[in-house]
Amino acid sequence: MKFLRNPEREVFYFRTRLLAATVLMLGGFALLLARFTWLQVVRHQDFYARAEQNRISLVPVTGNRGLIKDRNGVIIAKNYSAYTLEIAMDQVKNVDATIDQLSEVIPIEARDRRRFHKLIEDYKRLDSVPIRTRLTDEEVARFAAQRYRFPGVELRARLFRQYPLGDTASHVLGYIGRVSEADEQRIDQFSNPADYNGTEYIGKIGVESSYEEYLHGTTGFEQVEITAGGHPVRTLSRTPSEPGHNLILSIDIKLQELAEKAFGDRRGALIAIEPESGDVLAFVSKPTYDPNLFVDGIDPLNWDGLNNSQDKPLLNRALRGTYPIGSTYKPFLALCALELGKRHFDSVTYDPGFFWYAGHEFREGGHIPKGGYGNVDLHRAIVVSSDVYFYVLANDLGVDAIHNFMQPFGFGQMTGIDLEGELAGVLPSSEWKERRFHQKWFGGETISIGIGQGYNSFTLLQLAHATATLANGGVVMKPHVVRAIEDPRTGALKPTVPSESGRIKLNPLNVDFIRNAMVDVNLSGTARAAFVGAPYHAAGKTGTAQVVGVAQNEKYNENKIDERHRDHALFIAFAPADPGAKPKIALALLVENAGWGALAAAPIARQVFDYYLLGKVPAGPAPIDEHDEPLKTASTTEATAKR
Amino acid sequence: MNAPLPQRVGPWLRSRLPVLDPVLLALVGVLSLLGLVTLYSAASDHPGRFGEQLRNFALAGAVMIAVAGLPPRMLKRLALPTYTVGLVLLVAVLVAGVSVKGAQRWLELGPLRIQPAEIMKLAVPLMLAWYFDRREGAVGRMDFAVAALLVLVPVALIVRQPDLGTAMLVLAAGFFVIFFAGLPWLWLGVMVGGAVALVPVAWTLMHDYQRNRILTLVDPMSDPLGKGFHTLQAMIAIGSGGIFGKGWMQGTQTHLEFIPERTSDFIFAVFSEEFGLIGNLVLLVLFLVLVGRALQIALQASTPFTRLLASAIAMILFTYTFVNMAMVSGILPVVGVPLPFISYGGTALVTLGMACGMLMCVQSHRKLVQM
Repeated sequence: MKFLRNPEREVFYFRTRLLAATVLMLGGFALLLARFTWLQVVRHQDFYARAEQNRISLVPVTGNRGLIKDRNGVIIAKNYSAYTLEIAMDQVKNVDATIDQLSEVIPIEARDRRRFHKLIEDYKRLDSVPIRTRLTDEEVARFAAQRYRFPGVELRARLFRQYPLGDTASHVLGYIGRVSEADEQRIDQFSNPADYNGTEYIGKIGVESSYEEYLHGTTGFEQVEITAGGHPVRTLSRTPSEPGHNLILSIDIKLQELAEKAFGDRRGALIAIEPESGDVLAFVSKPTYDPNLFVDGIDPLNWDGLNNSQDKPLLNRALRGTYPIGSTYKPFLALCALELGKRHFDSVTYDPGFFWYAGHEFREGGHIPKGGYGNVDLHRAIVVSSDVYFYVLANDLGVDAIHNFMQPFGFGQMTGIDLEGELAGVLPSSEWKERRFHQKWFGGETISIGIGQGYNSFTLLQLAHATATLANGGVVMKPHVVRAIEDPRTGALKPTVPSESGRIKLNPLNVDFIRNAMVDVNLSGTARAAFVGAPYHAAGKTGTAQVVGVAQNEKYNENKIDERHRDHALFIAFAPADPGAKPKIALALLVENAGWGALAAAPIARQVFDYYLLGKVPAGPAPIDEHDEPLKTASTTEATAKR
Repeated sequence: MNAPLPQRVGPWLRSRLPVLDPVLLALVGVLSLLGLVTLYSAASDHPGRFGEQLRNFALAGAVMIAVAGLPPRMLKRLALPTYTVGLVLLVAVLVAGVSVKGAQRWLELGPLRIQPAEIMKLAVPLMLAWYFDRREGAVGRMDFAVAALLVLVPVALIVRQPDLGTAMLVLAAGFFVIFFAGLPWLWLGVMVGGAVALVPVAWTLMHDYQRNRILTLVDPMSDPLGKGFHTLQAMIAIGSGGIFGKGWMQGTQTHLEFIPERTSDFIFAVFSEEFGLIGNLVLLVLFLVLVGRALQIALQASTPFTRLLASAIAMILFTYTFVNMAMVSGILPVVGVPLPFISYGGTALVTLGMACGMLMCVQSHRKLVQM
């Protein structure tokens, strides 16, 4: 190895080194230039696009949700704008401490905290969670002044759903709530899932859910320039959103309110239908709940209260409650017998107060004269509600003939109403029993069918629908709660339902006969007390549905039985029922555990009819008739009872 | 002597002007101007920085003029004390330094907050130049070993902080002096070969964040929102600038805050986005001429000390420029190296002023007769 000693050589070597360094430098700069050319010329388009992508963010702008109005234009669901205070979860480290500090500025109640924590639990991917909603102007001002203290806490103006009538008609309306994971799967099935970008709320139940796609509207977009931190700088362009369609319900909200009040604090359900159109005029399920509680996330306390209540206020009894319908089934059976020629107008059956079948005694129910009603024809059998007449009749008809006749009326099937979650119930037949229990049908089981008991299990909606069909003379109109869909910009109305969905071939004379008998029920029969002095003719039929089986030789004593095991009171009716008149309203109603149908149920129907036909507003809940007189002159004996 | 300061500045400047190399001065002036223009755009959300940078330039300029006026022997005399003090401070940092962002780099001396590693960027080449100058004509293999030791001790201390970027720059500065002092080519080859062989070993010794930087360099898209975010956003800025750039103050990546550290280490991305390939070309040429001029000064230097010092400074300028641009454009891993004259930051500017002052000092004391 050679070392440098000669200064001349040293300088020469140094120059070589300088040359080498220069080459290194030139090489380095050439490499940089090549890199710049690669980035700025060859890949320019790509990077330019990425820079644009960086800076431009598409912000969805959801359209205003459609309004919901009743048939007379009364608004029952609307939107209003209010401020919420929201916490950006990724920006706030100690959420609880922040809330504590916030509560020094604006009131935050325990309920708000509970709801906040439930929201976080239920919707884990929520990045901005509201701690307070509907701030007053003063609260907004107070927070704005202290905003600097709360990084990650933001005031947002949001549209809220509001149900101005509170708990009225909540089982029809339903409510909206935050989009959950299950909802997202549902959205994927919608015709335009992209419309749900940026949507936070969705209909959960009721028409809010079944007409979700109409109510929702079209989502627009804003092109917004944003910083790396996501803060908007300016809006570049706008594609406006379109508001959702308004719903015009067939419900008459005044009638609905009145019907709900008529129940007082009793549980039950009532469906009133306009027979001619299938419009559901009132859709009552009691108790109700306040849908406003659900809109910005229900707090756990309220939720537990509703969910665990013995009264089950969240259960839609009209749509999802299936009951034996008791004697309200009789007019349909009578019609069946006439149509099939098994009975004539003057066919008489002797009613001694009991009926023996295969060693079992089937007794007459209700407050009957001693020794039964004696010789009873079909008309009187309906008016006084003779059980024995219909035991015999059912036995003569047989279960399958009954099934085949009742099916077109919609018993035991979904009516296809425009609400989700409808139950079908059971219209029994021998084939059904074979399928369900792998057992043969026993003749004795047909006997109870004759008085609407046994395997019969229908919804109140089905019963109201069948009553409307009867009032219509066999023309079947599919029931619906939404009458028309309104375009919010043009005001154009689109009806939701075809004019006629079916027709049952019935002899008009038979229909008239049944109607007349039902009119007499209200004039001189089981419901006469409720319709005393009515200036119109209404056709009706009372019913009492057994909740628990009572042994044949046991007495049904209302006072001794647990309130919730008492019989359900039922009533069906339509009016006006004068010959040739077109009935304007048909209804079916049930009061849970209220005992005899004539006492508890019929007075509610009277109030509904008085209002709908005469515009008469009652002073209070429907009265419960104290007692009913025997229909015969015979002495009033104790009620032999069951069912 | 009792005249007010402004009146004293004029005569002082006039007395110094002859020592200022006009070519170097012009290049530094243009680069500084470009730097201020770019910083004005990059720091639009930190309005204070522009003013501070002006002040930094003033300070660096004063340092440059002061150093340029020193005789080379004074620089020579300062080499050993500066190096020693720097070394002591580096040890002090490890013992009693202040941690910022997980690295212990700062030393608090009363109101002053200094970064001793910064001193070493010039102290090491100064020291080595002094050493080789002393051994003039008798440089043997032991001298290279001593020189290596003089470099590696401070480098090791800086690596411990950890501050890999500065350690690398100090290492490079020392290496260039050794190289210019006549390190045999064979040894150089062995060292390069050894370095390559040591890569796997170095990998295991690296901190996770350092490894991540290298990993994201290989594929910045692998984690666009995490480790690769800085590099990727800088590349997007450069690429989206295209040939002509988006125009001054018009860079979206810059003004919407997508470029990290856009006033300091990544300011080149800002420049590149707004002035495009044309701007880059101009900048490259300016730096090329700057380094070239420094090399020329080294060529004309009269003593081994000035020769080694000037050539090392030339290559330090090149290294800073290259490493910064390569890092921002995504061909080197992210290390904290500012772009000379362009990046915001007082310490780096003062160091640069000192380096340029030294170059000018060497230039004004070059041989009167060209070889």
